Amino acid sequence: MHYDFMNYVFFCLLCKKNRRSRWRKYEAELQRCHPEALPVEFGDYHPLKPIMVTDTKTRRGTRKGSTSSSSSSSSSAPADPLSSMLDGTDPLSMFAAASTSETSALSHGGSGGVSSHAEPAERPGLKKKGKTFKNDFCFQDLGRKKRVKEEEPIGADFEPWSTKRGEILARFTTTEKLSINLFMGSDRGKAPNPGTSAVSEKVRTRLEELDDLEEGSQRELLNLSQQDYANRIEELNQSLKEAWSSDQKVKALKIVIQCSKLLSDTSVIQFYPSKFVLITDILDTFGRLVYDRIWTMCSDPRTLPDSFTAEDVNDTAKETCLNWFFKIASIRELLPRLYVEAAILKCSRFLSKSGIQETLPRLTAMIRGIGDPLVAAYARAYLCRVGMEVAPQLKESLNANFFDLLATFRQVSGDSVQRQLHLQRVEAPEYLTLYSPAINWILQCIAYRAPEQLLTEMMERCKMMVNNALLLNSIMRAFRPEFVATRATDFIGMIKDCDESGFPKHLLYGSLGRSLACADPPESERLTILNEAWKVITKVRNPQDYMNCAEIWVEFTCRHFTKREVNTVLADIIKHMTPDRAFEDAYPQLQSVIRKILTYFHDFSVLFSMERFLPFLDMFQKDSVRVEVCKSIMEVFIKHQLEVTRDPVILNAMLHICKTMHDSVNALTLEDEKRSLALLIIGFIRMVSFGRDFEQQLSFCVEARATFCNLEPVLVQLIHTVNQLAMETRRVVKGNHSRKTAAFVRACAAYCFITIPSLSSIFSRLHLYLLSGQVALANQCLSQADAFLKAAVSILPEVPRSISVEGKLRSSETFLLDFINNFLATLLVVPDHPEHGVLYLVRGLLNMVQDYTWEDNSDAKVRVYISALPLLAAMSQETYLYSIPKVDSNETLYGGDPKFLSEINKLCETLIGQILDHLKTLTRDEQSVRRQSALAFSLFGVLLAHGDLRNNKLSQLSVNLWNLSHKHGHCETRVSVRTLESIKHQAQQPDMAHLADAIQRLALQSRT
Amino acid sequence: MSVTLDIKLKRANKVYHEGETVAGVITLSCKEAMQHHGISLSMEGIVNLQLSSKSVGVFEAFYNSVKPIQLISHNIEVAKAGKIPGGKTEIPFEFPLNAKGNKVLYETYHGVFVNIQYSLRCDLKRSLLAKDLSRNCEFIVHCQPQKAKVVPAPVNFTITPDTLQNIRERSLLPKFLIRGHLDATSCVISQPLTGEVVVEKSEVPIKSIELQLVRVETCGCAEGYARDATEIQNIQIAEGDVCHGLPIPIYMVFPRLFTCPTLETTNFKVGQ
Repeated sequence: MHYDFMNYVFFCLLCKKNRRSRWRKYEAELQRCHPEALPVEFGDYHPLKPIMVTDTKTRRGTRKGSTSSSSSSSSSAPADPLSSMLDGTDPLSMFAAASTSETSALSHGGSGGVSSHAEPAERPGLKKKGKTFKNDFCFQDLGRKKRVKEEEPIGADFEPWSTKRGEILARFTTTEKLSINLFMGSDRGKAPNPGTSAVSEKVRTRLEELDDLEEGSQRELLNLSQQDYANRIEELNQSLKEAWSSDQKVKALKIVIQCSKLLSDTSVIQFYPSKFVLITDILDTFGRLVYDRIWTMCSDPRTLPDSFTAEDVNDTAKETCLNWFFKIASIRELLPRLYVEAAILKCSRFLSKSGIQETLPRLTAMIRGIGDPLVAAYARAYLCRVGMEVAPQLKESLNANFFDLLATFRQVSGDSVQRQLHLQRVEAPEYLTLYSPAINWILQCIAYRAPEQLLTEMMERCKMMVNNALLLNSIMRAFRPEFVATRATDFIGMIKDCDESGFPKHLLYGSLGRSLACADPPESERLTILNEAWKVITKVRNPQDYMNCAEIWVEFTCRHFTKREVNTVLADIIKHMTPDRAFEDAYPQLQSVIRKILTYFHDFSVLFSMERFLPFLDMFQKDSVRVEVCKSIMEVFIKHQLEVTRDPVILNAMLHICKTMHDSVNALTLEDEKRSLALLIIGFIRMVSFGRDFEQQLSFCVEARATFCNLEPVLVQLIHTVNQLAMETRRVVKGNHSRKTAAFVRACAAYCFITIPSLSSIFSRLHLYLLSGQVALANQCLSQADAFLKAAVSILPEVPRSISVEGKLRSSETFLLDFINNFLATLLVVPDHPEHGVLYLVRGLLNMVQDYTWEDNSDAKVRVYISALPLLAAMSQETYLYSIPKVDSNETLYGGDPKFLSEINKLCETLIGQILDHLKTLTRDEQSVRRQSALAFSLFGVLLAHGDLRNNKLSQLSVNLWNLSHKHGHCETRVSVRTLESIKHQAQQPDMAHLADAIQRLALQSRT
Repeated sequence: MSVTLDIKLKRANKVYHEGETVAGVITLSCKEAMQHHGISLSMEGIVNLQLSSKSVGVFEAFYNSVKPIQLISHNIEVAKAGKIPGGKTEIPFEFPLNAKGNKVLYETYHGVFVNIQYSLRCDLKRSLLAKDLSRNCEFIVHCQPQKAKVVPAPVNFTITPDTLQNIRERSLLPKFLIRGHLDATSCVISQPLTGEVVVEKSEVPIKSIELQLVRVETCGCAEGYARDATEIQNIQIAEGDVCHGLPIPIYMVFPRLFTCPTLETTNFKVGQ
């Protein structure tokens, strides 16, 4: 602190042994200092005032009183320092404000981040692969880069397969036992590590392996659970990679063939889509391995450019590539031949330019040979997937695939399929949904950036050939929402007449709703659409189905209609979900309904005037979910409620919601959770304002205190609110309290006084006592102010030596010093209580400081003494530096009574005596000498600024202090030089000539 | 003192046509210098014929294998006896691919009873203490593509229970009608076989439709000649109960090593 003393110059005074403090003319000093002081520091520093951070709140100015800017609280206009101190001096509220803005920023980011999250550009497969073989490592990167480049015709708006993958795996599950039928040993591939095992064993396993491969020994794994099955497939994937990296290419091919053969097995049909996903992963791996290998071969002298043509490829690579294709062409079974060729389709690039172009239609036609419609549909989906990856510009084969699909669609109801379903006891609707991932994918590929008329044609074709619910559903899912939206009425018509054949209509409406949620149908049709759709939805019996569908349509309703319609929808949902407590199983959907409503309704008075909204909230009966919903509502409220409000509907509803959140707090609640809840509630409290109806505001605070008693930050906020209320009252009556307003501000003070003790944090209490005391003082409630300050002094001894700050244990000393300095500044204007002695509070404080158990080896106590000196000096002035309007400070009470002055001087003497005693003890070691020097220098600064140096003794003392501080060379020379300059400068003032003498005696010792 | 011997052809696919030059290098790699008694390289083309045990008796088949026919034979000495230095030594070579006498160079073919094979053989003679080394390398001979353009002659076919041969009880067969066409009756060997097949109707569900490629080999010898049909490859073009009335493609790539253009000579014939 000692280096700050330069700033003391702007204010301040004196005292001392000559029994009279330096005479100060604040006005004159101020004017003199101003022009030169301003550019350097803003002059708002006052040693008795803690450093002030003004305007930390980036959020809307909730506290009206906090408008005073840094300059107004500076020395230029210290008319009402107390009121200016009201803003932000309390570190707690500063923290609160800072963290509020922080969390709100976070939550903004969070909500905005969701959409970017939803688009994981990378494929999981890509990531997994590779590590097993190091040679190709660099190529993968190249390959990946290339892939990215090639995908340019496919923009980021194309939903990649990887996103579908997880969805399918999660959706199509089974509890039935599965089997894998392999014609070779696959797990033998995991031969013991070469080198660790004896040669003979190695040979043996190798031989066995050969047997396995050559004889085509059949292995059938029965009774696998779904998880086992997935593990097995993953094992196969691993052994494929191992085989490949150990140069057993034929074995690798065999594994792939066997795997793709599994796809012709539809024995547990519900699992088929997931099986498809798992196995095509292996195929993808294989395709990449082959591609990378050939890529490696032909980039021998130098790597190929990304846009290579067949001419750039050398003969060896071509030959290898050709061999792969020949090998695959001779695979006996249709399905493996098809899948494996599709998997390595990309390699056609090495052979010829038109290879892919010729192969795709051929493979498409080949799929016609697959009898099972489900297997065929998935084979088509795979082909489209590969096609989109390697040659997205070739749309024809995509279309051909779809037309073939349509042509063979009648097979779904054919005998053999029905027989199979009967055998497996699978219902037709369930069977049909198995198709949807494949068909959706095919249609998505087709619809991607397709011209409008093609889509229309597709639609017509579907309509004509088979107006089937399944296809219709896929069309609505896959085509652009805008496309669907403009034809929404047509679609509704089609949904109405389509042959249901087991595919539930609510799913169709669900898909339609999904499109309508992102794109707007023509305005005139909207109401009809909603009516038509809801007519069907409301008839859905199964609550889960109903909810899935209703959730989607809520968005459409919110988007285009008013609260009336939304209310109706909510009522309908409540009606459906209440029986049998069906809502218990539908929390996620219900939550999403709330989210959607909140996205579109930001006016909370409208929102809460929906009479079904709160009953809807009541459906969330599980605590955790309810709190989460409340939180999401609160977040939206804080974000979008820009005006303060007194609307009773909002207040009641919000109180209810906040109470729900508050009541969820218990002993087990995490600190973070508590903090976030508290922030939300605080956000609400800040938005409540009854305008000039202050009494109601106060009673609201009383109610809120009762409601939110478990959350300390909320209580702190309430105290601030009430203090602010008192200051607001003062502003309204312009400082002239009537009997009524005086009673009101006293009520405010009382509120604070009884609320503060319930806080557990000692520093919150201290600061709030001080702040409330200042407010009470500003409102001329002297006895209340006294009580506050006395309370603050009385709990000082309770301050622990260390407190936990952000989870770390820190010494409380600095916090305490800050507080005491702040407190001292306030004490200047507090008039003495007539029944207590002179400077009752100052003495009380100093006594507490003396008795407090400071840390060992700490100068804190002496620092307090040093900073008390300027206060005493200020008190001895005829006119105080600042005062509170309509409050008589000691200057008026005592009118410069010599007895009062001598009291002050006595006190000063005691203090200086104590300080000097302390300085004497600091000689033991280097460390204490350093401290001694610093302390001596601060005291010197104080004396210089506030003492009357014309007094010889005092001037001698300061010279001694100067010397003491320089004695061991621990002073910063720069500071010393500047001090001297400043003194010189001061000495030029008319009545300061005596300083010139002093300068002569202040030797600047160079560090030796 | 290990030494490895290898023959590398210049062409990666090892396919040569008559009149071309077979070129390549012999690579020798050994750690230190090595003494040898000469390196020679020979080129051979041989037709091997074997009698099927079906057409002649087992013993006759065993004993009466027909004498191989040599189509081409060249021998050169690559290096005289001497020393090769340590490290990798490459010795380039070239052979003109010309038939011996008035023989014709047939295409490489690996069949059951007929084998036409061309190979290079490199021998490295060494002193008595060390074994001689030799290395074989097969290369493939293709005929010059035909100059004349073949006009594909498509052919339609219909299969019903009535058209089937070798059937005992025609009445037991389910009713079915299968139509289709092949795009050409005689195919270019480097091009796939294509066509379509349509299941018009079938009383029972179809399990599978397969396409079988069969070769017919005929071997002549003193006792007459033997003619055998064997399967080369079999691929499935339809699996399960396919959609009726929808054309299913017929597509087969000829496995080049095991097929050759239809061939007729005095001693043997191959046809597909």
